[in-house]
Amino acid sequence: MSNRATNLLVPIVSVVLGLIVGAIIMLVSGYSPIEGYAALWNGIFGDLYTIGETLRQITPYLLAGLAVAFAFRSGLFNIGVEGQLIVGWFAAAYVGVAVELPKIIHLPLAILAAAVAGALWGFVPGLLKAKFRVHEVIVTIMMNYIALHVTNALIRTVSDGGDRTERIFASASLRSEFLENLTEFSRLHLGLLLALIMVAVMWFILEKTTLGFELKAVGFNQHASEYAGMNVNKNIIMAMVISGAFAGLAGAMEALGTFEYVSSKGGFTGIGFDGIAVALLGMNTPLGVVFGATLFGSLKYGALNMPNAAGIPIEIVEIVIAVIIFFVASGYIIRLLLLRAAGKKKEAK
Amino acid sequence: MLAAGVLAACGSEEDTSNGGDSAEGGEGTEEASDFSVAMVTDVGGVDDKSFNQSAWEGIQKFGEDNGLEKGDGGFDYLQSASDADYNTNLNNLIRRDFDVVFGIGFLMEGAVKEIAEQQPDAQIAIIDAVVDAPNVASVMFKEQEGAFLAGVAAALMTETDKIGFVGGMEIPVIERFEAGFLEGVKAVDDSIEVDVQYTGAFDKAELGKTTANRMYSAGADIIFHAAGGTGNGVFTEAKERKEANPDENVWVIGVDADQYEEGQTGDANVTLTSVLKRVDNAVIDISEQAMNGEFPGGETITYGLSDEGVALADSRGAIPEDVMSQIEEYKEKVISGEIEVPETVSE
Amino acid sequence: MEYVIEMLNIRKEFGNFVANDNITLQLEKGEIHALLGENGAGKSTLMNVLFGLYQPEGGEIRVRGKKVDISNPNVANDLGIGMVHQHFMLVENFSVTENIILGSEPTKMGVTNKKDAAQKVAKLSEQYGLNVDPYAIIEDISVGMQQRVEILKTLYRGAEILIFDEPTASLTPQEITELIQIMKRLIAEGKSIILITHKLKEIMDVSDRVTVIRKGQGIGTVTTAETNPNELAALMVGRQVTFKTEKGPAHPTEETLTVQDLVVEDYRGIAKVKNLNLTVRKGEIVGIAGIDGNGQSELIEAITGLRKVKSGKVLIHGKDVTGMKPRKVTESGVGHIPQDRHKHGLVLDFPIGHNIALQTYYTAPISKSEIMDYNKITEKAQQIIKDFDVRTQGPHEPARALSGGNQQKAIIGREVDRNPDLLIAALPTRGLDVGAIEFIHSRLIEQRDNGKAVLLISFELDEVMNVSDRIAVIHDGEIVDVVIPEETTEQQLGLLMAGHADKDKKGGKHRVE
Repeated sequence: MSNRATNLLVPIVSVVLGLIVGAIIMLVSGYSPIEGYAALWNGIFGDLYTIGETLRQITPYLLAGLAVAFAFRSGLFNIGVEGQLIVGWFAAAYVGVAVELPKIIHLPLAILAAAVAGALWGFVPGLLKAKFRVHEVIVTIMMNYIALHVTNALIRTVSDGGDRTERIFASASLRSEFLENLTEFSRLHLGLLLALIMVAVMWFILEKTTLGFELKAVGFNQHASEYAGMNVNKNIIMAMVISGAFAGLAGAMEALGTFEYVSSKGGFTGIGFDGIAVALLGMNTPLGVVFGATLFGSLKYGALNMPNAAGIPIEIVEIVIAVIIFFVASGYIIRLLLLRAAGKKKEAK
Repeated sequence: MLAAGVLAACGSEEDTSNGGDSAEGGEGTEEASDFSVAMVTDVGGVDDKSFNQSAWEGIQKFGEDNGLEKGDGGFDYLQSASDADYNTNLNNLIRRDFDVVFGIGFLMEGAVKEIAEQQPDAQIAIIDAVVDAPNVASVMFKEQEGAFLAGVAAALMTETDKIGFVGGMEIPVIERFEAGFLEGVKAVDDSIEVDVQYTGAFDKAELGKTTANRMYSAGADIIFHAAGGTGNGVFTEAKERKEANPDENVWVIGVDADQYEEGQTGDANVTLTSVLKRVDNAVIDISEQAMNGEFPGGETITYGLSDEGVALADSRGAIPEDVMSQIEEYKEKVISGEIEVPETVSE
Repeated sequence: MEYVIEMLNIRKEFGNFVANDNITLQLEKGEIHALLGENGAGKSTLMNVLFGLYQPEGGEIRVRGKKVDISNPNVANDLGIGMVHQHFMLVENFSVTENIILGSEPTKMGVTNKKDAAQKVAKLSEQYGLNVDPYAIIEDISVGMQQRVEILKTLYRGAEILIFDEPTASLTPQEITELIQIMKRLIAEGKSIILITHKLKEIMDVSDRVTVIRKGQGIGTVTTAETNPNELAALMVGRQVTFKTEKGPAHPTEETLTVQDLVVEDYRGIAKVKNLNLTVRKGEIVGIAGIDGNGQSELIEAITGLRKVKSGKVLIHGKDVTGMKPRKVTESGVGHIPQDRHKHGLVLDFPIGHNIALQTYYTAPISKSEIMDYNKITEKAQQIIKDFDVRTQGPHEPARALSGGNQQKAIIGREVDRNPDLLIAALPTRGLDVGAIEFIHSRLIEQRDNGKAVLLISFELDEVMNVSDRIAVIHDGEIVDVVIPEETTEQQLGLLMAGHADKDKKGGKHRVE
């Protein structure tokens, strides 16, 4: 089988398999798969509003996926995207409500605050890994909890004992009347553009800069990188800082776009953790992350319409969506099986 | 109220039948009406044994009383998996032409405000938060009044003069519970010690359990929890103690719904009583007003002891008659305004 | 003549690639039969076919005259074929006996019976003169001993035919001598041996006959007594090979590398290099001879800045570079061919072109103000690939896909191309075949002749003797003696390496500093 044929066949086979298994689950549970999938489709592409909302949902996934993927490329497993996102969210929202400035200054400042906060949250595990060889997975998990509770406490302080901040000033908002009018008042905001620019930024760093060259080398083989005179510790810290900055920007999407405020949270947002799946689906490449985030965001958002339009309970819907994503992720297994089957045929000849 | 009437008219698809709407409404008729109502849960979900569930029970009851069916044109709900889903869910229900859409829980404040602005023709009600918009009815409860009675009950019932309070997150709603509870205890006996602990989460039963363990071990015999799922851990701890030593005097005061079932262990029950927050009643009340063309848009309606928006649940004998009558006296004082229960803890 | 194994006209393909083409190997009972070929010639493939790991596309295998179908390694075991792997397959913290019975544990009523097994192991060990303690823990015993455990493993399972895959690769000269004796003992006890190797000396020493394969083709079988190393090398490589590395006399001038009273500790704080002194001058090759683990790695890492120096100094051209970052040391004019090319020398998942740029990516013309120009990498890589005869599909091929020799050539190309004043080559020819070894040695000598200093670290006596102008023998972190190769025998060197420094001689006429 030619490489191109496999490349084309694999995603199709995996999506179809996922849909079939999802359909069986719906059938067994007594719901119509046709109605269910129609609802899913309409939930994603139904009209301009849903398209806008779907894109809005994809936006933070893009950045969370980039954050995870960037760390992965440098050989680090950043479980802390969730926490970095939360501090980024808070930082952006805080700048958004604390001062009122001309938009040209205010908006970039709020975005920058989110990136810096996320970067700082990534810096700590990076530093601990570099200096003391503390495994980044442990530190980032703990940093997630710290982020959650510290921001909750800060929100209470900022809002005088309340559970959410004021709405940010319009001058810090990513929302645009143009996009809202275009999509029948969806919450689609300019953050999508920023996220896509960041996709290009990640590509540029990795593929065009000496830093990217070093990060990739360190990611593949720390020993050889050290022997080649690279500063492995500096690279570990840089990778975590940049990864954290991406995650912080994902938080800015929520703070300045989707919600325009930050409220205290009883638990994690889940976006950071889903970012791991997004990155892996995208094989940790910038373009792959676009694919992974699109799939994830679309399914997640479209799924909301399944209880709404087809009356399928949200629990069943979540299983169906998980199954579809599972099969897409198993695409690599399917590819392997296809290749092996093709290989066997050749050997048998 | 002119605005509300106009809005109610706009909310319905067939304007011609609108006149009949208000004629039919009023005393829950058995005939099917054109009126429809739906709700969006917060991330707690519809079976949270708390206000989401209570609200859904209210909507179901309202539907039954008015001969409605689940689905379009009747009554329905949508669950939210994350904070970002509120807008979409509210929007979806409004697009399905439900006459009133409820947003359950303070978490939905931002979403309700935004959707209300975008959809000025929709009628939205929000529970536990105040949204200042002409087409939004805000429903609040005087949790402090219910908690005050719980505090009175606890103070009268404690044998160790030590009582515990387990809160979820430090947010205004929960702080009202705390303030009322402390005030109630103080009203009975100034010297009783109340250990106040916040766990920082509504979904961490294990945290609730360890907190309760500490309190009971330190000598407390009654714990009032206002902590959602975290409070389930308080029940677990109390039940385990009761199982290990049936003579041990441990009690839990439940919250939001009647948590008697939660406290059952063998033949014993550790639930002293529960502070009821009648979200169901409020939902029915608002729905009926809307059906009658009197949707209280732009208003904040606060339910307290006087209108049975909050109450103490039946103790099923756990609280003796003489204590009950004392509690009843305090209740009358609160209703009459003789006692005013503060919303926040006085330093 | 009775053949215990006949592999007739074996053909094995991988996709379009023919790994074995029409190879015939016939093993007589009681002989040591060498299988000779360059790296990648198809030796391992052929043996994996015999061991049941691959199925051949053509040809047939007979064992004791009977045609067999070896579908998996268990079948091979049952036929009495045993393999002593190059990379030992031993569990480090298990005892010798536990390792030997692993996978076929004898049980008495469901309980592993180690005692009986240990007795059997002890008996076998005695019978074949292996001198292995059945209760010793693997990580405590020497590499040579571990290899004997591997041999015992095959014997324990009743092997009659033993395949030795590059058995001398990691052994000291003394251990090699012992191994040769063991192999002869095995033959005397009626076993037959296939010896996979590319070392001609061993073949001449131990084998009865030699089958040569080249680029997957069977070239033929010759009787060892009737041939000589030059002929074998020519058969293997397909052209005449010179053995004695040709080099003129050295003309050393001023000191390039000076190591003074160097002390280096490992991570536990134990000194691995102890007050070591060493000089390497312009225009000479200094070889460090020693058994693995006597402080060579620590010495190199200390010189190149990869490891902290406890005390003492490292000077390059008289400039103190002690404690400098690796990059600073490199930029002071040091090139380094690391001893473990997979771990330290290459980023295997990078294209070979990237690997060639691993030391220069941050300098012009490859990058300008932090922006990379990958076209320049490709250009540079193409030049080095050409100059250093790296056989690859091109700069974009992953380093992993190259053979060991070509990987090493790429590393040498990378280091030499920077024109360093001091070139440190650690085990530069480990695991390579004659052709590649010859090439690498000539490059080292070329560097010397260009007036550069070369520090060569090797565990191979031949290599140190042939290439070096002076030999510093390292033992237990110290330079025990510095000798001139022409005035020293391998025997003397071996003794020095083993720590038996002749106290009288020390500082005597062999000492040249």
